[in-house]
Amino acid sequence: MAVDSQREAALQPVAPKRLTGMQQFVLTVSRVWGWVFLFLLIVFFSITGTGFLSLRNSQNILVAIVPVLLLGLGQTFIIIAGGIDLSVNYVMGLASVVMALVIRDLVANGVDETLAILVGMALGIVAALIPGLLNGLIVAKLRVTPFIVTLGMAFVARGVGYLLSDGNVVGGQPPGVRLFGNEALLYYIPGDGGGLYFLQRPEAAGEQLRVLERIFPWPVVVLAIVVGFGIFLLSKTQFGRHTYAIGGNREAASRAGILVDRHTILLFVMSGFTAGLAGVLHTARFNGGSAIAGEAQLMPSIAAVIIGGVSMFGGVGTIWGTIIGALIMAVLQTGLVMLGVESFWQWIVVGIVVIVAVLIDQGRDLIKGRAEAQLSE
Amino acid sequence: MVAETTQERQPMLSVRGIVKRFGGLTAVNKVDLDVYPGEVVGLVGDNGAGKSTLIKCVSGVHQADEGEIFFGGARVHIAHPSAAREMGIETIYQDLALAGNLHVGANIFLGREVKKEYLGGVVKVLDETHMLTESEKVLDSLDIHIPSLTQEINNLSGGQRQAVAIARALYWDARLMIMDEPTNNLGVVEQRKVLSLIRTLRDRQVPVILISHSIHDVFAVSDRIVVLRRGRKVTEKVASETNSEEVVQYIVGARDDTREEIPAN
Repeated sequence: MAVDSQREAALQPVAPKRLTGMQQFVLTVSRVWGWVFLFLLIVFFSITGTGFLSLRNSQNILVAIVPVLLLGLGQTFIIIAGGIDLSVNYVMGLASVVMALVIRDLVANGVDETLAILVGMALGIVAALIPGLLNGLIVAKLRVTPFIVTLGMAFVARGVGYLLSDGNVVGGQPPGVRLFGNEALLYYIPGDGGGLYFLQRPEAAGEQLRVLERIFPWPVVVLAIVVGFGIFLLSKTQFGRHTYAIGGNREAASRAGILVDRHTILLFVMSGFTAGLAGVLHTARFNGGSAIAGEAQLMPSIAAVIIGGVSMFGGVGTIWGTIIGALIMAVLQTGLVMLGVESFWQWIVVGIVVIVAVLIDQGRDLIKGRAEAQLSE
Repeated sequence: MVAETTQERQPMLSVRGIVKRFGGLTAVNKVDLDVYPGEVVGLVGDNGAGKSTLIKCVSGVHQADEGEIFFGGARVHIAHPSAAREMGIETIYQDLALAGNLHVGANIFLGREVKKEYLGGVVKVLDETHMLTESEKVLDSLDIHIPSLTQEINNLSGGQRQAVAIARALYWDARLMIMDEPTNNLGVVEQRKVLSLIRTLRDRQVPVILISHSIHDVFAVSDRIVVLRRGRKVTEKVASETNSEEVVQYIVGARDDTREEIPAN
């Protein structure tokens, strides 16, 4: 009996010694700091900067995060599984170029505009799936570390993008391309004779055209759908569970019967897909394809993931975190510009936020570790 | 002598004349091993005695060069670890193969997640409620209490982790459990809990092969003890008919039943 109760004691974790109030507070804050920080930033810029808290600016911020968040989405899955994809920015450029070329040439050959645009978008994305697939195959089958494979693939994709486009912006797009990239789900004209318009862009001229607000531009709608699907996939499905398992303990995942290689390949293909989509939306928004469409987006996409709390060691993180990370960066950038701060400062601030974010995560782990030590006697 | 207690029953696992070579080295040399339902067999020996290699032949990690394996009475060829698992041979290695970042329920169902289907099976969502309820049941049946099954494995103690690994194997209908150094790196109280779990398994007619460096642990739970030395089985004793001193003599080579047999031939 005595032995029994002793055994019990072993597994009934010794009445969880309560964390101190301070530990508890820090732990809670560290869990939600992203939301809090974002909220504080919005409040701060709304008070200090004129026009920050406006419909137009909110839409500008949403449009600005489209490429960062799309690249960050594929990146989140891969980093949670313990990898990284450094090729996303140039894969995005490649997709952008391929789409623009296909549409230009099809339209020039008399193909119907809508059909040409659809085919162009599809082929743009296919062009991005190929490097994704190659990344995955080389990482999974040839056991080369993702950092090196995708670094190499970045150069290759860049080169192919340049070759296809002769190093120029590929123009000659029919009007539908620009409309898709810039028109919106909803329109709003404030004041007399204005109102809310769904799907249908109102006839507006002069002053009305100037104040016409585009609410949820199509790229933002596409982003919302894809991100929504990503959240579902990662948090609710077997695929998501396996992604975490692989990042947490690859060997255990494999022994549990998870097809780790196949899963890894799929993740890189998915990252290719999101990069391709970002490229397609770039071409649509800027009415032309460019091999360096995503050049500046790689670092921000990784920064968003890190600010969002995804561990570079794998196994930890959420897509909501990445969304918050992308929003924090976008709000900082627009907010600082609106404050009249020299735009170069934004990089310094973002850089500090990235490092502080990781420090907060580490602090949390430290406190959690202490708590565990207390729990297990 | 050894067979007396087990004569009438059919062994769950029967290994006959297993040989495994690595290049010029014979790691396992013509070893026979029987494991009957409801018994714990302690497998002991010095480092490099061939214990791990032998069980890896049974768990599908290695393929034996010679010999036969019978499981549940039928001759089997175990080509792969997953083939062994499908038959009901579960091996718990020292590293436990748990994903530390996932919770208890997720680990018990790792790779075999239960899903709810929506829209006629197009959309499949993890059925967390079901998995957690089932996990709780199997843990309860083993008398294991973990405060919250949604706790990450990282937050559990070594003994609790071991318990989760055992519960997982059991939930998936283990018919033979192989445990490699299950009490390593555990505190005294937790070691006892793991040993009591091994007894629970035995009482449920799930035979256990226990590999351990701790002679004390081996004697605490084993019904029979098999000693390997340099790839050969040097003796097999009913635990109650021997003592740790004698077993250690076999381990270090001071005694050897096979050597005694040779002049007899």
